[in-house]
Amino acid sequence: MTSLLAALWAVVGRVRCLPFCATECSEHAAAAAVGAKRQDRAAEGRIRCSISGSNLAVYNQPLPDAALVACPHCDLLQRLPELVPGASARCPRCDKELWRRREDSLERTLALALAAAVLCVVANFVPMLGLSAVGREAFTTVFGGAEQLWRDGRETVAGLVLFTAVVAPALQIGFMLAIVLGAQRERPPGWVATLLRYHPTTATWSMIEVMMLGVLVALIKIADYAKVIPGLALFALGALVFVLAAMQASFDPREVWDRIEWAEAVDRR
Amino acid sequence: MSTPAATAMTLGLQGCHACGLVSRPVPGADEGSCPRCGDELSFRKSASLQRTWAFLIAAAVCYVPANVLPVLTTVTASGRDSDTILQGVVLLWSPTGWPLSLIVLVASIMIPSAKIAALVYLLVTVQRGSVESNVQRVRLYRMVELIGRWSMVDVFVDTFTAALVQLQPLMSVEPGPGLLFFAAVVVLTMLAVESFDPRLIWDAASGAEVQRA
Repeated sequence: MTSLLAALWAVVGRVRCLPFCATECSEHAAAAAVGAKRQDRAAEGRIRCSISGSNLAVYNQPLPDAALVACPHCDLLQRLPELVPGASARCPRCDKELWRRREDSLERTLALALAAAVLCVVANFVPMLGLSAVGREAFTTVFGGAEQLWRDGRETVAGLVLFTAVVAPALQIGFMLAIVLGAQRERPPGWVATLLRYHPTTATWSMIEVMMLGVLVALIKIADYAKVIPGLALFALGALVFVLAAMQASFDPREVWDRIEWAEAVDRR
Repeated sequence: MSTPAATAMTLGLQGCHACGLVSRPVPGADEGSCPRCGDELSFRKSASLQRTWAFLIAAAVCYVPANVLPVLTTVTASGRDSDTILQGVVLLWSPTGWPLSLIVLVASIMIPSAKIAALVYLLVTVQRGSVESNVQRVRLYRMVELIGRWSMVDVFVDTFTAALVQLQPLMSVEPGPGLLFFAAVVVLTMLAVESFDPRLIWDAASGAEVQRA
């Protein structure tokens, strides 16, 4: 969650600071003085204002071979082979999937992300579950669930429910849409890289499928003593679970990373 | 177990977790930024073991009130009735409802405790420099990473039960104090998984470089 905040801050900080960086941003002037020691140590390190506004970035030196990867789970250095769409490459030591090439990745992901966006709006703004007992009816939405929790004095849990069931999925879909649209350009701009970096975090905390299971359990539990009326949002959520999974599965981040404008180059501009 | 392998760290290289690019830190530096995506790079996640232990101990501490305190309170005309997670499981158990009961039992009781136990095992074996069954250990890590989120199920069940059953003055359901601790266990164990660096599992096998992280 903290890194997600950092992502938002990165975007805001960049808008705020970049125009002043070269000449007059006092925050960066002070930071540059602090960073001077680091500059001595890293003689060839190009120190620039980084996108987060107050940190100084010392960029690593790239290697000539772009097919080299280090396995994220065991650090084994290896060279990725050329893959046909649908094929995947696995680490020979720990069996981690390193890359799966997708057919038509960007177009399919765009289509699925648009579908997910529509479903997400429907799922959050129409009633999800209704209850009818002793001549009374009550409906709730996903948001209403968190709201009731808040009113019952469980503010932290209400925040967590809201974050994992509404905010994180919305960010996950929004980031993906922006990434895929930005990647339509031949050289995707720097902000695509920022969104792409934080997209896995939004996916980690987006728990639509877990919520769906929770709602079903609650539904059956309540059905014992009242009549439960499934709302339109429940079906939208059910569909969203699969569309989201398909969206994640059809996306091949390497395809975008290969063409993206490098952070180093953005800073030097 | 195996011959020392050529890892990025032993060759002085760093693989980016966000974009996958392998790059070389500037001479004399241990940390830098990825030239392609700007993410911070280091050989290993910083203070991985300490941070994982900290999150894990916090989770274990919260695990006790999460199971002892009630998560749901049912208010009816005849009085108040509070249920803990385990009582909820027992209440759900019926000839027709047992699959449901089993879902809650697995998601709310077995997954969190198995997760804590698995992470303790991983931490202890890494700290003792074990070189045994590395592949199984990294598989265990992946499993913990994959199934951890499912323990949130109970939080959602209680949220929507409480939101829906509001038939005052006949009957209403309120979330109990245990829910906060239970949610804390889920979040803390997820953070623990995130801060653990599975590459440490392999470092003992690849030689003396372990201390650099």
